[in-house]
Amino acid sequence: MPRIIVCLKYAIDVSQIKVDSATRKLLIADAPRKISDFDKNALEEAVKIKVKHGGEVIALTATAENASTALREALAMGADKAIQIQDPNIQNADTMMVSNILAEAIRKIGSFDIILCGEASIDSYSGQVGPRLAEVLGIPAVTYVSKVTLEGNTLTVERSLEDCSEVIMVKTPVLLTVTKEINVPRVPTLMDIIKASKKEVLTWTLADIDVKGEKIATPSIKVVDVSAPKIERKRIKISGESPKEIAENLVKALIQEGVIGG
Amino acid sequence: MSAGEVWVFSENLDLALEMLSEGRRLADRLQTELSAITLGCNIKEQVEEIAKHNVDKVYLMDNPVFKSLQTEPYLSVFTELAARRSPEIILIGSTKRGRELAARLAARLKTGLVQDAFKFEIDERGMLTAARIVYGGNGVALITYQSKPQIATVPPRTFEKAKPFGKQADIISLDVKVDEPKTTVVEVRPAEVAKVRIEEARVVICGGRGVTKKEDFKMFEELASILGGHVGATRPLAEDRKWFSEWVGLSGKKVKPEIYIGCGVSGMIQHIAGIRDSKVIVTINKDPNAPIFEVADYIVVGDIYQIIPALIEALKGALKK
Repeated sequence: MPRIIVCLKYAIDVSQIKVDSATRKLLIADAPRKISDFDKNALEEAVKIKVKHGGEVIALTATAENASTALREALAMGADKAIQIQDPNIQNADTMMVSNILAEAIRKIGSFDIILCGEASIDSYSGQVGPRLAEVLGIPAVTYVSKVTLEGNTLTVERSLEDCSEVIMVKTPVLLTVTKEINVPRVPTLMDIIKASKKEVLTWTLADIDVKGEKIATPSIKVVDVSAPKIERKRIKISGESPKEIAENLVKALIQEGVIGG
Repeated sequence: MSAGEVWVFSENLDLALEMLSEGRRLADRLQTELSAITLGCNIKEQVEEIAKHNVDKVYLMDNPVFKSLQTEPYLSVFTELAARRSPEIILIGSTKRGRELAARLAARLKTGLVQDAFKFEIDERGMLTAARIVYGGNGVALITYQSKPQIATVPPRTFEKAKPFGKQADIISLDVKVDEPKTTVVEVRPAEVAKVRIEEARVVICGGRGVTKKEDFKMFEELASILGGHVGATRPLAEDRKWFSEWVGLSGKKVKPEIYIGCGVSGMIQHIAGIRDSKVIVTINKDPNAPIFEVADYIVVGDIYQIIPALIEALKGALKK
């Protein structure tokens, strides 16, 4: 029976970010966090595999802040166990460090068959942690997966690319990153939530998984500035007495811009 | 020579040529050489094309192992070549394949990667700074590297294509041990419906929540056919109303047309992030407070059901002359 680890990011809810109008800086610290959208698709897929084949689903996150509320939601969605690696040093960790931290946590968890991640996170949308984690663990990876079928220790997966989709066979242990097309994550019922309240959220520190302070003290990249994008547009209002006149004025403006012929 | 080379790689020829123009600028700034990495199966023509485009060296490996485009063979060659040549910067085309390759390569080389960079600078230390969009389009992050090689992926149509120039580059055949893929491709299906890609479209007409029925897209199709453009939709129409399988926006298709016309589009930030590189943004919306007006060049406050048919007529008249 498969043992599945789902990596979740306790990500910034990008729809709730506010901007300081004076400095154009984003007020990131004030924005709430949640499980990153595509990671929920990964969790849903893990739960579906478990329903069909049995086994165990472990939700894992590396976070600077306490993510236990989000992990409770993961348990209510059907994870059997939830583990957070919580440490203030993770605040400034880059994807290289996060993948190293997750790899150490997974070594502590022990054996596994499948690791599932979202294709990217909603806040940084970089899509690095999944593939990097596969490299650190030395296992194959298939990214942008939109369908999974498991038979014994062989997975048949569909991968959606820009110009084609591929059907790929790969043996476990393997890491997959999934797209949102793969499923619709369930919304836990009250019963699910009550049942999940009996399950445990484990909290480990970096010391618990033997990642020492200096090991994560040197990120490979450093974010030096985050500002609201400047979009400078003309904002010219096209007016007219009738739709016809408005349309004609718009066409004139576009001809003047040189973007249409005439 | 002080600095290592600047490398450019994409399995997509156009994207490789676009990165060569920016790669040339970075290599000149660092007073180093620009090299293209060309790995593939039967790629003689592409390699000769690339070699004409103001590049100093072309590393070539033409091998059937690359035919299925699985990551491991590419990864093994890049890893070995990086060990030999210690490149300063590696630019990889941001396709889904490219993004995976870049992330796994960065992990193997224990170095930093910036995905989807749209702007680069070299700072006074000679290190790269890359800009990318973060937080669902709410922010632009400037990121510096603290390790080498400095790897970045670059989205299509970020830079102008390099122009053919000067002498033909030296083509260097690589003799490197290649890993076999760990995955087996059993089938490749072309993307459903042979759509021409909206990302490449010169004109994009985009419908939003102000469109009441799916059939109303016919008027956008007509407008698009007059302007030689493509029709797209916003995420709510695709996801909530299930009218389409894809949408225009940061999480969907990013477009960079000459003209973008938003019809009944309110302008949620994720949508704006997907259209911000359009040359001219036109928007038509009944709501005078629609956020999209803040980021538009030409604003029409009005009903799309009146304006679009009038616009179709006006264009027919103007373009006939």
